[in-house]
Amino acid sequence: MAGTTLLDIKGVQTYYGNIRALNGVDVTVKQGEIVALIGANGAGKSTLMMTIFGAPRARAGTITFAGTDITQLPTHEIARMRIAQSPEGRRIFPRMTVMENLQMGASLDNLQHYDEDAEKVFTLFPRLKERIAQRGGTLSGGEQQMLSIARALMARPKLLLLDEPSLGLAPLIVKQIFDAIRELNRTQGLTVFLVEQNAFGALKLATRGYVMVNGNVTMSGTGKELLADPDVRAAYLEGGHH
Amino acid sequence: MVGTVSPERDIVATPVQRATREALYAGAIALGLFVLFIGLRTDQNISNELILVQRWWLLFTVVVLTMVGRFVYVAYGQPFLASQKVVDIATGLLPESAATRFFRLPYFIAAIVIVAVLALLAGSLDDLLGPGLAGYARFARALAIIYALASVLFYFRSFIHAHFSALGIAALAIYPVVVVLVLAVYSGSMVGGFQGSLKWVDNFGIQILIYVMLAWGLNIVVGLAGLLDLGYVAFYAVGAYAYALLGTHFGLSFWILLPAAGAMAAFWGVLLGFPVLRLRGDYLAIVTLAFGEIIRLVLINWREVTNGSAGISGIPKVSFFGLMSFNVADENYIAKVLDIAQSGAYYKIFLYYLILGLCLLTAFVTIRLRRMPVGRAWEALREDEIACRSLGINTTTTKLTAFATGAMFGGFAGSFFAARQGFVSPESFIFLESAIILAIVVLGGMGSLVGIAVAAMVMIGGTEALRELDFLKQVFGPDFTPELYRMLLFGIAMVIVMVWKPRGFVGSREPTAFLKESRAVSGSFTKEGHG
Repeated sequence: MAGTTLLDIKGVQTYYGNIRALNGVDVTVKQGEIVALIGANGAGKSTLMMTIFGAPRARAGTITFAGTDITQLPTHEIARMRIAQSPEGRRIFPRMTVMENLQMGASLDNLQHYDEDAEKVFTLFPRLKERIAQRGGTLSGGEQQMLSIARALMARPKLLLLDEPSLGLAPLIVKQIFDAIRELNRTQGLTVFLVEQNAFGALKLATRGYVMVNGNVTMSGTGKELLADPDVRAAYLEGGHH
Repeated sequence: MVGTVSPERDIVATPVQRATREALYAGAIALGLFVLFIGLRTDQNISNELILVQRWWLLFTVVVLTMVGRFVYVAYGQPFLASQKVVDIATGLLPESAATRFFRLPYFIAAIVIVAVLALLAGSLDDLLGPGLAGYARFARALAIIYALASVLFYFRSFIHAHFSALGIAALAIYPVVVVLVLAVYSGSMVGGFQGSLKWVDNFGIQILIYVMLAWGLNIVVGLAGLLDLGYVAFYAVGAYAYALLGTHFGLSFWILLPAAGAMAAFWGVLLGFPVLRLRGDYLAIVTLAFGEIIRLVLINWREVTNGSAGISGIPKVSFFGLMSFNVADENYIAKVLDIAQSGAYYKIFLYYLILGLCLLTAFVTIRLRRMPVGRAWEALREDEIACRSLGINTTTTKLTAFATGAMFGGFAGSFFAARQGFVSPESFIFLESAIILAIVVLGGMGSLVGIAVAAMVMIGGTEALRELDFLKQVFGPDFTPELYRMLLFGIAMVIVMVWKPRGFVGSREPTAFLKESRAVSGSFTKEGHG
């Protein structure tokens, strides 16, 4: 299985009104990989993430998932292709309990696999099990991030998109979350595409990485190569990582 | 006495001193505020000239009342409230609460005795005391009844809290029976009981239940799906006119037209839903408001069909499932069939149970839907639309089903309304109605069926009850008409509730999925008014 292309983004251009946010981006994610996209604020990382999900829609270029062109599909149809997302800002349902949030994640299969999958995410994030009857809005930031990832996993995704999973979290929690992603990839072969500002952590975790500047992908390579690259070090790592 | 240090002067002021000072301030403010509002009044004299009526005594009374109120609150109310929160150092217990001190068995017995004595003397009160004092006596009787009922509620509060829904439904189910029996005993005959029950069953019972049903229907759109709809009354109008037109022109029965009216309203719900799919919050509110007005204006101006502002009259009554009729002239008139005395009350009581049934249907459907995928999708949509889509939920169909379901219940309520009134006109479907229904939903706590039912009872029952305040004429003179102050009191009550409970009577959302033990955290910790 490993080696086949799962997500193929070719020449994608995205606009907000008349302002171009992505200038023809090419990104490939292969089955079983963890791919990291790093870049500064406003580089267009989150825009690419949202474009994959069809909102905003790409004005040029194609996005292919597992051989199907998903460029023009509405967001919910894309989700039904088994692409799951932990969006920027987590976007959990604040007034619903942890359990209901997870159920919403499992609603694609109408809760058929709910019990089985819930056990799996609880072994990954035991904290969520303790908080099961608590409302999402009352969780701490780290717990909310865990819930957001767990909710995405409940859909049994073929591809997991993570938008800034380390944003605003304490280093210890970031480590827990990155460990969980690595664990998922290793044991279940889950393909992960993540966007990060925390370049050091993301590149250490990733099989391959892309660097984005002003709406263009300027560099790509394996995680190790990028970590060793002097330009990347100067721009994103030196004095940047903690 | 508790002493506090006043910030301006560094000396200890007793509450009484402070209260005196604050009372003087309050009096000055009240005087400034009310001198033009209350002290002077414009009126017309006999030759139609504008004259100023001076009402200095009334102004004086209001100012003095304000000062006394402020004084009592600062001197006794505040220290009392403060002492309620202080734990007794020796025992570690909270002091007796105000409630346990207020509701005592001797007081309860005294209240019952007062009620019994005054009820026995009811007929001869006017002769014994004169009309003025008799009014006060009736007022005292009403207070004693309220106190006795409140005591009972207080002592059984944990039981009531645990079985609120069941008790509520049971109380609603026996309400007309109790009213008829009590009034029959009071007037000495069954006929008198039925005649007297008209007001209680129709003005209070049916009126409140119509609003409960409308608010529960709107709750699906606003409370569950989070789509702010200011034009809900449009669906109510569609339902009412559907029954009025089809019933009068084609003579179709209510039982056929009820589902038809619901379907028609649902269709209009979808029609409204399409253009507003992309809107949220304020923008959605504006468009739905406009939709409500469009429907009303169409009803006024499409005279050939709707008969314009004159409305449609002679709308047929509901039959007793086709078996018996409530028209005196008919062969199968209920009193002829059952061989009982003629009375208009049978129809009202039947309508009461009909609307109660419709309400319970609404509640049942809402409860069931909340546990089904579509209901969960509604709630998720309210919480976060973007997250919803990225979980594979089709927000278009989710919104349309919410609009359609809410509108359908509005349509049911509308056709019931037409059948009850026997007459519909565009007058009944003004924006104020939408606003009241929305206010009930917000006041009750968005999404909570129990809270909304209580809010409807308080708001609609409260405004109806204000019509009964004739005894206030004893206090404010015979010119005083309490009805005129209904909306003022209504507004004040809403402000108080929203200050006291900003998320409505039942503010926390009830989860739909449980483990064996539930440990929900209060909703007040979660984000408010999200989305």
